[in-house]
Amino acid sequence: MKEGVMGRKVAIVGTGQTHHKARQADMNITEMIHVAVKRCLEDAELTMDQIDGVLIGNMEHFEGINLSDMWAVDASGALGRYGMKITTGGSTGTSLSMAAYYHVASGLFDIVMAIGWQKQSEGETTAGLISATDPIWERLGFAGAFGTFGAAATQFMKEYGLTEEHAAKVAVKNRQNGRRNPYAHLKLDITVEDVLKSPMLAYPVRMLDMCPASEGACAIIMACEEKVKKITDRPAWVAAAVTRHDAPFIGDVPMFMDLRTLRSAAKEAYARAGIYNPLKEIDVIELYEPVSWAELSFIDALGICERGEGGKLIDKGITYMDGECPVNPSGGVLCTNPIGATAMLRVAEAAIQIRGQGGERQVPKKVNTAVATGYGGNWWSDLMILKSSL
Amino acid sequence: MKKPLTIAYRAVLPFQYSAGRMGSRFFNELRENKRIMAVKCSKCARAYVPPRPVCGYCYAPCEQWVEVGPEGELIGYTVVTFSFLDPLTGRERPVPYGYGYIQLDGAATRLLHFIDETDYSKLRPGLRVRPVFKEKREGNIADIECFRIVS
Repeated sequence: MKEGVMGRKVAIVGTGQTHHKARQADMNITEMIHVAVKRCLEDAELTMDQIDGVLIGNMEHFEGINLSDMWAVDASGALGRYGMKITTGGSTGTSLSMAAYYHVASGLFDIVMAIGWQKQSEGETTAGLISATDPIWERLGFAGAFGTFGAAATQFMKEYGLTEEHAAKVAVKNRQNGRRNPYAHLKLDITVEDVLKSPMLAYPVRMLDMCPASEGACAIIMACEEKVKKITDRPAWVAAAVTRHDAPFIGDVPMFMDLRTLRSAAKEAYARAGIYNPLKEIDVIELYEPVSWAELSFIDALGICERGEGGKLIDKGITYMDGECPVNPSGGVLCTNPIGATAMLRVAEAAIQIRGQGGERQVPKKVNTAVATGYGGNWWSDLMILKSSL
Repeated sequence: MKKPLTIAYRAVLPFQYSAGRMGSRFFNELRENKRIMAVKCSKCARAYVPPRPVCGYCYAPCEQWVEVGPEGELIGYTVVTFSFLDPLTGRERPVPYGYGYIQLDGAATRLLHFIDETDYSKLRPGLRVRPVFKEKREGNIADIECFRIVS
């Protein structure tokens, strides 16, 4: 992104989400989207006629449907408005959030809504993920997210001396956080022992190390400075939005979990937002952790600890709800994973923390700077920094 | 309200993918000569498996073919013990099976393939592995049956 150029000031002025579940049999996709959009408009105290454009997306293949932007157009509010579908796999929700930000920052639109959704029980999750990989080279052995992260974790363990106990601690921390989030899918009162005894999916990844397959939708509204003043006195300003893609095949990167894309995105985003000491200056992080192991490694890519020291970080309690830098007070992806909405939930939950709307999941300190990340593709990263003032 | 309804639908969709200029050369070598080939970036000299027409880092063409492996180093591995619907067959994928990422000697990248071992305590990063080629090869990635630990 062009250095030193900010565009217009933009803030999140509303968020809305469904009560996420394994299966929402009483709603179809359109109805589920409608719930999130309605709650988002209510939160912002806006009506659909005040929205200039609507961006929507999910990860394709999962439900075996493609043109949701067409047949869910009434519930999304896009009928007769500007809008487009954006779908980038796991990072769909952050791509949508960033696109909404770019729309408003450009000066061409004043108020834009973004919607992410997924209804995983309607299709086959791992089959869907396999269908997203190269058909000729990678589908034969590839075993979806848990297989990929199993193979990544074996390399990561050996390189940095991390253990299954470290990963289990993350799984427990996020599940205990999720119990305080009324919207979370999984609310599990579990211990490290429970995680270590749970069935092995793909060594060393166990059932309780892994995110669930959820159904749900999320929506956010971004507005320009002039409109923000009329809408809310608690905006969550966008201080930076950075995206990085990596090479096409999973095996192209030398150190799988090192997440060089996030390391690089963080460097640029911190420079834009004026963050010099991430641990001291970031109040809360909503991190896209598809598996417990990912939080252990992705957190060092964000510069919260030294490389490979994610285990020590959790041992010291720094990332707990009452720690110096709470990670995933919402419960994170380990509790809630409607894929096309998952990364947007990170952005929405970061905004909720800035706006002080977290209720029982609100971290016990003043939140001025919050970071949200998105993860997808082959080791791709998105990163947004939100602030209480710019 | 009565119980909500679910409308079930089972789709069987045929697909056929072009292996491309690079893939065709790779799979012909594999089928006919049991050779694993990589293609090198004309600028940075990274040797790519899978082969590709252009290096993403340099945006320079990949032109020179080199043989890599057949042995290599196991970088990351797992043993899959949880079954799932395999979109390649429409059936549950048989488990357990081992798979991993193999850095073939001379290659800059790691190839995803089966590892002929389902006891994860016998696997570790850095192990030397070699390919087991299929007797009847058809010109696809399954012409390599799996990789086996070099004892």
